[in-house]
Amino acid sequence: MQSFTYERAASAEQAAAAVAARPDAKFISGGTNLLDLMKLDIERPAHLVDISRLPLDRIEETAEGGLRVGAQVRNSDLAADPRVRSRYPMLTQALLAGASGQIRNKASTSGNLLQRTRCPYFYDRNMPCNKREPGSGCAALQGFNRMHAVLGASKACIAVHPSDMAVAMAGLDARIETISPGGETRTIPIGDFHQLPEAMPHVETVLGHGEMIAAVTLPPPPAGRQVYRKVRDRASYAFALVSVAAIVEKSGDRIRSARIAMGGVAAKPWRATEAERTLAGAAASDGAFTDAAEAALAGAVGHGGNDFKIPLAKRTMRHTLAAAVESA
Amino acid sequence: MAKTDSRSGPTRRTVLEGGVATGVLLATGIPVHGEPADTVTAADSPTPVPTMPMSLRINAKDFAVELDPRTTLLDALRNHLGLTGSKKGCDHGQCGACTVLVDGRRINSCLTLAAMHEGDEITTVEGLAEGDRLHPVQAAFVARDGFQCGYCTPGQICSAVGMLGEARAGWPSHASADVAAASIALTDAEIRERMSGNICRCAAYPNIVAAIRDAAEGA
Repeated sequence: MQSFTYERAASAEQAAAAVAARPDAKFISGGTNLLDLMKLDIERPAHLVDISRLPLDRIEETAEGGLRVGAQVRNSDLAADPRVRSRYPMLTQALLAGASGQIRNKASTSGNLLQRTRCPYFYDRNMPCNKREPGSGCAALQGFNRMHAVLGASKACIAVHPSDMAVAMAGLDARIETISPGGETRTIPIGDFHQLPEAMPHVETVLGHGEMIAAVTLPPPPAGRQVYRKVRDRASYAFALVSVAAIVEKSGDRIRSARIAMGGVAAKPWRATEAERTLAGAAASDGAFTDAAEAALAGAVGHGGNDFKIPLAKRTMRHTLAAAVESA
Repeated sequence: MAKTDSRSGPTRRTVLEGGVATGVLLATGIPVHGEPADTVTAADSPTPVPTMPMSLRINAKDFAVELDPRTTLLDALRNHLGLTGSKKGCDHGQCGACTVLVDGRRINSCLTLAAMHEGDEITTVEGLAEGDRLHPVQAAFVARDGFQCGYCTPGQICSAVGMLGEARAGWPSHASADVAAASIALTDAEIRERMSGNICRCAAYPNIVAAIRDAAEGA
């Protein structure tokens, strides 16, 4: 690990200013991903600004009937909050499907959104990786790419975003609030927060250097039953091959509206808007779920090792939609 | 050479110490790239790394230490404070051998900096027993033979202590059918899911689960 200096931030504004003042500085919160990458010399900050003790660890009701989740709320506290469990059950399900009890106790809401890919070539400094070393190439394209993206990838990068939490948040239309060094704030819809790789896979979000996540706001829970389903190689403590978060609102035997997000398939939580359009007004039947799944994966491209993800994603979506309408 | 005990010959520990010393002699005695090993001088060493003072409260005792900011909580415990109960397995948060309790919550001590835990109440496996009276989870691991080689055991025990607190607080898990339910029944499936951050390479899982079940039931 490269040597670094450490400071504990006194306020959100001061933290943002401290990181903005040095191009080699980073925020550290839970540290479960950052320290792992620092031990491998993949992340090499020379200065760490500890934001884990900032008073951003509360979950509050919003005037519109939603919840505002502080950036420093731990994944386990968010998953266990009675309001989240009853009103946003798929967010609890997604959080509990990720990592281990120990890691969820440490990992923060903002850090979960900002975690890096687990692509094995990103982790291996002997291999080319445009995300780790821009311009060096992508070893995954012709390599072991079983875990990689089938949607929204580019010739520069086929890595996936590893978060479960972010997939549920994408389905819930969460908004991300940030604070900048000057104290300015802005709100970013989660769909606009992560960026697809295109030619610059090392740029993963729209955040500026020193811009800090202060909170994630969940709009009032949408009507309909919520289900998060994750398919992985082990029954526990493994990243998703494919996951689906779905909210389906029924009206009689028909679907009034659906919201669907997918994980494990792209460099960002993937909102399946085509599938949602297909389902709106359709009869709640396996035929409609199949049409939705086909629409969602219409643009999918496999890279050899991950070709299986395309049919797997379709089946997982049909299964998740069926579960959501069962008692909707 | 290893010291010997007049009655039983060399102990395991003295043999290990002797082995380490031999290894060091070999490592420093062999010239590398044709250069004698003693050409490495202090002047060639990198600049000494900066350290920072920090105070840590571990097992209800306060420690003042001066450490490189890079020091993880696990390395602080093991290398600087002599608390070697917490084990280093993978050093990447994947195996759980380093699990400790911070303010009662289980975390991987390898994935956090010591500097980030000033003012926290840290409990390691050394701090669970009350005098000679084992913590109920420790006693259950002994009664159920919840280990083979024992390397993962301190992490398993600390993790189980934290996990039982989470279950008592009504936290759901991935194994819970209804995450909104007010309380959970700690079935074997629940125990296994909640303990999935602790790996046992001897695969003593059936007895680990039995020990945790006993501890949960107050057996």
